[in-house]
Amino acid sequence: MEKTAFDIEKIRAQFPTLHRLVNGKQLVYFDNGATSQKPQVVIDRLNDYYANENANIHRGVHTLSQEATSAYEEARNTIQQYIAAQHSHEIIFTKGTTDSINLVAFSFGELLEKGDEIIISAMEHHSNIVPWQMLCERKGCLLKFIPMSTKGELDLDIYASLLSTKTKLVAVTHVSNALGTVNDVDFIIKSAHNVGAMVLIDGAQSIQHMPVNVMDLDCDFYAFSGHKLFGPTGVGILYGKEAILSTMPPYQGGGDMIKEVTLEKTTYNSLPHKFEAGTPHIAGGIGLGTAFEFLNSLDMKAIEAHEKELLEYATERLKTIEGIKFYGEATEKVSVISFLIEGTHPYDVGTLLDKMGIAVRTGHHCTQPIMDFYKIPGTIRASFAFYNTKEEVDIMISGLNRAVGMLR
Amino acid sequence: MKTMQELEQEIIDEFAIYDDWMDKYEYIIELGKDLPLIDASKKTEDRLIKGCQSRVWVDAEKQDGKMIFTADSDAIITKGIIGLLIRVLSHQSTEDVAKAELKFIKEIGLQEHLSPTRSNGLVSMIQQMKLAAIKQSVN
Repeated sequence: MEKTAFDIEKIRAQFPTLHRLVNGKQLVYFDNGATSQKPQVVIDRLNDYYANENANIHRGVHTLSQEATSAYEEARNTIQQYIAAQHSHEIIFTKGTTDSINLVAFSFGELLEKGDEIIISAMEHHSNIVPWQMLCERKGCLLKFIPMSTKGELDLDIYASLLSTKTKLVAVTHVSNALGTVNDVDFIIKSAHNVGAMVLIDGAQSIQHMPVNVMDLDCDFYAFSGHKLFGPTGVGILYGKEAILSTMPPYQGGGDMIKEVTLEKTTYNSLPHKFEAGTPHIAGGIGLGTAFEFLNSLDMKAIEAHEKELLEYATERLKTIEGIKFYGEATEKVSVISFLIEGTHPYDVGTLLDKMGIAVRTGHHCTQPIMDFYKIPGTIRASFAFYNTKEEVDIMISGLNRAVGMLR
Repeated sequence: MKTMQELEQEIIDEFAIYDDWMDKYEYIIELGKDLPLIDASKKTEDRLIKGCQSRVWVDAEKQDGKMIFTADSDAIITKGIIGLLIRVLSHQSTEDVAKAELKFIKEIGLQEHLSPTRSNGLVSMIQQMKLAAIKQSVN
């Protein structure tokens, strides 16, 4: 696709959901951190797959199977190029970020031994906490945490002091889903490599907001979900360096991941198929490729600038609401704003905003340790995508004022 | 004492005058603000239902063969709805509470608050109220 100048109206026109009414009001969708809306090209691609190409992949000599296989593998290539991975077989299709992280925890985890250490941070999503706790229980490893400041920034001095030759893996989020903080992953990766530890970056909240180049980052694993970056649900990616993936045992056994099976013994298929047991979400994988083509048609620099402007504008406007308190005031942030308004409960505010057609997230955002840190039950979170506008921010501000007026 | 059906109808009639969501929610919020629902000493961990969104405390007792419920929530809309539930279910017999179907919530257009995605503790609260009644009926 050809790159076009950043034209917000043209972009919005491609997302049908943005034009629907909710409770009789024009939808204002500010829950992009949970999932993004889908452009028409992605929706069409899914339809087209089921209408014209549907067949199982990697296992048929007939035309449909060959067409489906090449569409699926082309999607893999598109994704490889987008994140600048060295090889397409370093791109593993999974169900999503959670599945990608579990794959590493179970497979790479098999290589760990009692006493080995894993480092995560205090701002991880539950899906980047629980698989490691389970691994530590299984293998007798030790889980350590990088603490964060009240501004919502990781303490990298303490991180450096946690690292040792016992550290085998550091698993950290690129961007906090609850706070919007962009972590200094360059430093985190370099420091971990200095002690010989591997690094997994949870990219669920970053790849839709900024260019990602896994070779420049030099991370060993990078995980993300399709549905948060304008693709289908139920499909995601695990990027892993070939040298590491090839030493890891398979995660699940089944069809497609084998080379030869006898009743006694199986030899495994090569990368990436070793990690893709069973019939995958074929339509999803192909649709995800289309989502990346769509992103390729946009100017990522212009998107970053637009989202930064939205973040600054919304933050300034929100400050006019009496009794507002922000959670996550890091210097480096993406367009995510978490807040509470004195004298109101997030559930009540979220319910009333919904009545006005405004979708925000309320609750703990699957990050209970962060909520415990601030000693709050949850927050109201507005998370923007490039298709959001300042006019929508204005609607949210009026909605919040109205809700607060009713609740106080 | 009015029956559960009569109390439900009373609430449905009260809400019938509101044709606008705003008025309806203002009324629920007022209910939530007005009602001291549970004794502070009963806001204990074992009476707490942790929803993802809001927290609910519920206490059940049996007096003279009737179930007496008190409950509270940190969210005011949840609290207002709790007030309505208690109005219908409290002072009813254990048998009636155990098999209550509670059609009024849907009738007054608040069904969304009982959807699993809300996870505001209300669904668990109704389950606990019924379970308490079942337990009391065999005691």
